[in-house]
Amino acid sequence: MKNYIKYLPFLALGVISCEPELDNPVDEVGFYSNGETDFSNYVALGNSLTAGYADAALYITGQENSYPNIMAQQFAKVQETQLFTQPLMNDNAGGLLLAGNQITDNRRVLAFGTDGTPAPKIYTGMQPSTDIVNVLAGPFNNMGVPGAKIFHLVASGYGDIVGVDPAVGTANPYFVRFATSPSTTILADAAAQNPTFFSVFIGNNDVLSFATSGGVGLDQTGNLDPSMYGPNDITDPQVFAQVYSTIVNTMVGTGADGVLVNLPDVTSIPFFTTIPNNALVLDAATAANLTGFFQAVAGIFAQGAIQQGLDPAVAQGLAAQYALTFNEGPNRFLIDVPVSQTNPLGFRQMTADELLVLTIDQGALAQGYGSVVLSPEVLQVLGILQTGGQPTPEQAQLVLDAVSGVDDKDALDKDELTAISTAQASYNATIKALAQANGLAFVDAKATLSEVANGGIPFDGGVLTSQFVQGGAFSLDGVHPTPRGYALVANTILDAINATYNSTVPKVNIGAYGTVTLSNDVQ
Amino acid sequence: MKKLLFLAVFLLTAAVTYAGGYRVSLQGQRALAMGHTGVAVVNSAELGFFNPAGLVYLENKINISVGGFGVFSDVVYQNEQTGDFARTDSPVGTPLYLYASYKVTDWLTAGLSVYTPYGSTVTWEDDWAGSHLVNNIDLAAIYIQPLLSFKFNEYFSVGGGPIYVTGSVNFNRNLTRTLTDIDGNRSNVTIDASGVSNWGWSASAMFSPTDDLRIGFNYRSEIILEAKDGDADFENIPNSPLTPFEDTQFDAELPLPAELTVGLSYEFFDKWLFAFDYNMTFWSVYESLDINFANPNIPDSQNARMYEDSSIYRFGLQYEANNMFTLRAGYYFDESPVQEGYFAPETPRNDSNNFTGGLSVNVNEHFAIDASFLYSRFKEVDASYDFYFENGQAVPFSGTYKSSAFVPGIGITYKL
Repeated sequence: MKNYIKYLPFLALGVISCEPELDNPVDEVGFYSNGETDFSNYVALGNSLTAGYADAALYITGQENSYPNIMAQQFAKVQETQLFTQPLMNDNAGGLLLAGNQITDNRRVLAFGTDGTPAPKIYTGMQPSTDIVNVLAGPFNNMGVPGAKIFHLVASGYGDIVGVDPAVGTANPYFVRFATSPSTTILADAAAQNPTFFSVFIGNNDVLSFATSGGVGLDQTGNLDPSMYGPNDITDPQVFAQVYSTIVNTMVGTGADGVLVNLPDVTSIPFFTTIPNNALVLDAATAANLTGFFQAVAGIFAQGAIQQGLDPAVAQGLAAQYALTFNEGPNRFLIDVPVSQTNPLGFRQMTADELLVLTIDQGALAQGYGSVVLSPEVLQVLGILQTGGQPTPEQAQLVLDAVSGVDDKDALDKDELTAISTAQASYNATIKALAQANGLAFVDAKATLSEVANGGIPFDGGVLTSQFVQGGAFSLDGVHPTPRGYALVANTILDAINATYNSTVPKVNIGAYGTVTLSNDVQ
Repeated sequence: MKKLLFLAVFLLTAAVTYAGGYRVSLQGQRALAMGHTGVAVVNSAELGFFNPAGLVYLENKINISVGGFGVFSDVVYQNEQTGDFARTDSPVGTPLYLYASYKVTDWLTAGLSVYTPYGSTVTWEDDWAGSHLVNNIDLAAIYIQPLLSFKFNEYFSVGGGPIYVTGSVNFNRNLTRTLTDIDGNRSNVTIDASGVSNWGWSASAMFSPTDDLRIGFNYRSEIILEAKDGDADFENIPNSPLTPFEDTQFDAELPLPAELTVGLSYEFFDKWLFAFDYNMTFWSVYESLDINFANPNIPDSQNARMYEDSSIYRFGLQYEANNMFTLRAGYYFDESPVQEGYFAPETPRNDSNNFTGGLSVNVNEHFAIDASFLYSRFKEVDASYDFYFENGQAVPFSGTYKSSAFVPGIGITYKL
């Protein structure tokens, strides 16, 4: 029996060697190919979309589902890669602190009221613990900085905590956390890592903040000095082209290959598509009342104008634009516009293409914001008019004042939309040209988002659409994707990379990524 | 020399072991070494499992066989589209058996069998790609069977008895592909039930028309294990009225299907014995794994299985080298009960080829040490489970699987 014991090690070896091996295991080098490029040290440049921002905040699980992190995990299936590092937040609450004082809100979660209606609310289940005073030891592969515009990537001091004070406004609290020095730039920190591969997805904020502010900023086209720009302004396309080209040249100059992502149409995100501008739903009686009201407005205006000496025909002509008619069912809201010679009262009905922002006060809309706030006093004046009576000038003014158009900050009007799309088209032309000129992969994210917004993209559990909350693509801020949305972005970018560099990086199954987070830990 | 060559050739052609579903064919060292044949083989108390009718033909007054196995079984999964890759890290299974027989009279033998024909232990990495179907499962059933064996004459005998089964199940999976709590921890449920018992029976017959040839028949009835008021433990559930999951009780049924075996053995060249068994396992009883939660707010879980009756073809060979050593080898082909589209990763088994071998060392006339091994070779298979639903829509889980099992075993035989 003793003789047989020496064979035991061989038996043990047999047990180990009996582990099942697939004919072509995907976890072995060589199954997938990196093609003509090298993913071993990937650096991502961008803004909130690159950082993994979602639900109006940056938090750990969002960062873990950022498209650069998803892509990096897939790159690691293709070849040996360095660890992809991210400046992770401390928690999943999401708010930022500055020396203990909270300077950004916590994330949004989807809460359900007692009546079962869902609503995005600020999460209060835990205290935020990410203090920007604690600078992380960088550098990090994910250089996405929420809020960054294109010129911020080359702005020295953007990571200097002194500039975070809104009165100074030259720095970004997210970059402060991981800048290698207060005076460095995002681009310098990225290039210093000697990446073998990079991605650039920047420029959204150069029109987005203008859009989400309802266009209260300025279109700075023609102004080549970004230091004069306000936070909600549109960046000059020449400035954009010049800085973008600097970014690309710098990154290509390190010897890296890369991918450039163009800018989706900001107006197709749920932030602008959730509340339709014809959400003024009226029954027949109310519609008739409103029609009557605006006849009164037109009449009062015409009378006043004639009294002030305007030619009656001209006065009637100007007044006609205020004799709005309303119908049973959906009607478009009114919007305030600058007072002008052709529109002396400074309001009009919205046109079909104009947009309302997600953050508009819906309670106020229900109370007459966007149409008419009918007080008992106003109704009394209307009664006088109906019986053929003559209101006093004060009473007439009451009627005119009852008109309550949507404010500029809550809507994108035609001119603002044109300014946005003009700038964006110019930015995108720049991105595509630079990709072509440098032989980089190019991603048409605009086309992908358009697909999501128009009919959606099917996956193995349903269809990913841009409908707010239910659609699955957009998080609870209506601007940033969900993990599933980011997974789609990652797949779209991987497609372009594979096509350009003859690589075979596998794509992820977007159905395995989550959407909005449920929690009733809210106030 | 010729005989050795014959054995070698047999070993080479013997290709394949582990039964489909959660049947675990490890009920005796001697039988396993011969491809787990035994319905028509009279050589030890292992007959208490394979064919109780044969117990009465054992020459000794008391026969005892005790032993156990170490099951090293693993599965690997991958999806080429996504690059998902997973490998089970299942603990080593150690099924045991005990058989005893006592010859009361020349025509009557009483016996007791304890064995574990059903079980499954599969442990995937938590939150792997198929974690909405299973993270891990541990299923065990112990059969305890008192037996009687009657000899009508030297040609024909019958045997059988009631079976008492006690079983347990512990099963964990994620609730969906995506649901998490605020920190991203996947929401999951563990169901646990133990001490679940029920009764069944077995009946067998043996026919020995000549000294060299035996023919056997054995049937074991189906036993449904009905878990009542097991514990369902929900974890990482987000705080929301939309996710009303809280710890509760559950009821579920797990069938241990009936099995029919017929076979023969033939002695030749004096020292050789050939055995062939055919098993039919009546898996079609396993239509669905349904977990009914006591809390009415928690939706019940229905998981279609739609197993089909399946066959196993077993071949075994025994060679009595000398008084001390008896050598054995075998092969069986085990057909999977799983239909296409129902390949669930909790029992990821497809058709397998099974190779076995072993020996007995007769220490003295009363006492022998038996050893065996089994190597199960499963074909690599592209498979999917198509009956997981998300928002009413089927979400297939597919990929390439490969399993293997290596099972060494050791036991003793005692005769008095």
